[in-house]
Amino acid sequence: MLPRRFNLHRPDRIEDAVALLAEHGDDASPYAGGTELLIAMKARVLSYAHIVDLKGIAALRGVSARSDGGLIIGALTTHHELANHSLVLERLPAYALLSANVANIRVRAAGTLGGNLCFAEPHADPPAMLCALNAELVLAGPGGERRMLLAEFILGELSTARATGEVLVRIEVPGLPAGTRAGYRAFGHLERPAVGVAAVALPLGKGFDWRLRVGSICGRPTALAGLEKAMRGLPEADALAVLAEGAEQAAAAVEADDDIRGSAEYKRHLVGVLARRAARAALGMEALAA
Amino acid sequence: MNDIAVMDVTFTLNNEPASARIEPRELLIDVLRENFGLRGAKRSCDLGVCGACTVLVDGLPVSSCSTLAADVAGRSVLTIEGLGTPQALDPVQQAFIEHGAMQCGFCTPGMVLAVKSLLAAEPSPTEEQVRHYLRGNICRCTGYVKIIEAVMDLAKRGARLKTNP
Repeated sequence: MLPRRFNLHRPDRIEDAVALLAEHGDDASPYAGGTELLIAMKARVLSYAHIVDLKGIAALRGVSARSDGGLIIGALTTHHELANHSLVLERLPAYALLSANVANIRVRAAGTLGGNLCFAEPHADPPAMLCALNAELVLAGPGGERRMLLAEFILGELSTARATGEVLVRIEVPGLPAGTRAGYRAFGHLERPAVGVAAVALPLGKGFDWRLRVGSICGRPTALAGLEKAMRGLPEADALAVLAEGAEQAAAAVEADDDIRGSAEYKRHLVGVLARRAARAALGMEALAA
Repeated sequence: MNDIAVMDVTFTLNNEPASARIEPRELLIDVLRENFGLRGAKRSCDLGVCGACTVLVDGLPVSSCSTLAADVAGRSVLTIEGLGTPQALDPVQQAFIEHGAMQCGFCTPGMVLAVKSLLAAEPSPTEEQVRHYLRGNICRCTGYVKIIEAVMDLAKRGARLKTNP
């Protein structure tokens, strides 16, 4: 089915996009790769009188280095670009691999990281890993720019802290200490993950400071905080033993929704399995890509 | 206010200049099929999942059922009709025939174009890479085995081309 009729705006500057979005308010939507928005507009679940296409804004594209060793990712950068970008492959190989496994090649070629985060469909791969990496967002609005943590930006299913008139400009991943490891494991019967778990391990003493974040299980990424604490600073083998012992119990306490991707019980089971696999992948004990 | 009732989109279609007067909401698949009579891209799931509507835009696969025609302005679109001719098939098409890599043919245009894109980026992919790249192109007849065999045959030739340029 065709979407309902709309006016297509194609600003080439961020300020012009912000002005258009502010002027039309709830009658307008920013438009990036369209892999989520167009599907919903075709189903007429969503409709807008004004579509503000951001793809012509050069300032929203590209990947560059942060001086602290991190990355600056333009919001309109596609998953395909992230999967193949030399800086991402060098600084965050686990994230490049996650990008290479998003949905299918057509979604990766069109879909943008910014669009993915702003649409806030929980069954997506990037949020859990980016939350574990403490990613920050820069948003531009009528009053200027503001910065916030991705973990605070995602409020729930299809809901973010992006205000009317705001445009996500870039995603910044802070530099990580040398020796930091990361891994991601997801599982689903369809293209979207039913559940994904990101494990990031920052060197600490004889072990690591672990960040274990579960994606897709409910409206927003969730930390396995008890496990993170119990594994903190332990040598690898001990940390993995704590994880193997405690994963199931930790998973049982995670907020989980029943949906088309599986029951809450099934997803909690996956958390236990995937947390162990993600941690092992981070430590190089199994291949980064499943 | 720059309200747009209709717009002209100018692009490259199968290596020739093309232009169409469209509404902003029109989808690429409809413009290809209705305005240009190119019926190779098939509408099937209409959700960007099955791959039957795959065309290449600037060399990468897109779901033409879920792409605004407006978005190909200034870009290069390749459909199956632009790939080879009955007299001079593209090597991918020839390999599909040689390996019997199709049955009903509904998914074949999208499958062939996806393979074309893969081999342009990686002329000698591993079987794992082939399976990964074709994950989004669904075939309900072949069971995929003959498709993979056709692509692996091309991959071997690609490897030879790489070692003996």
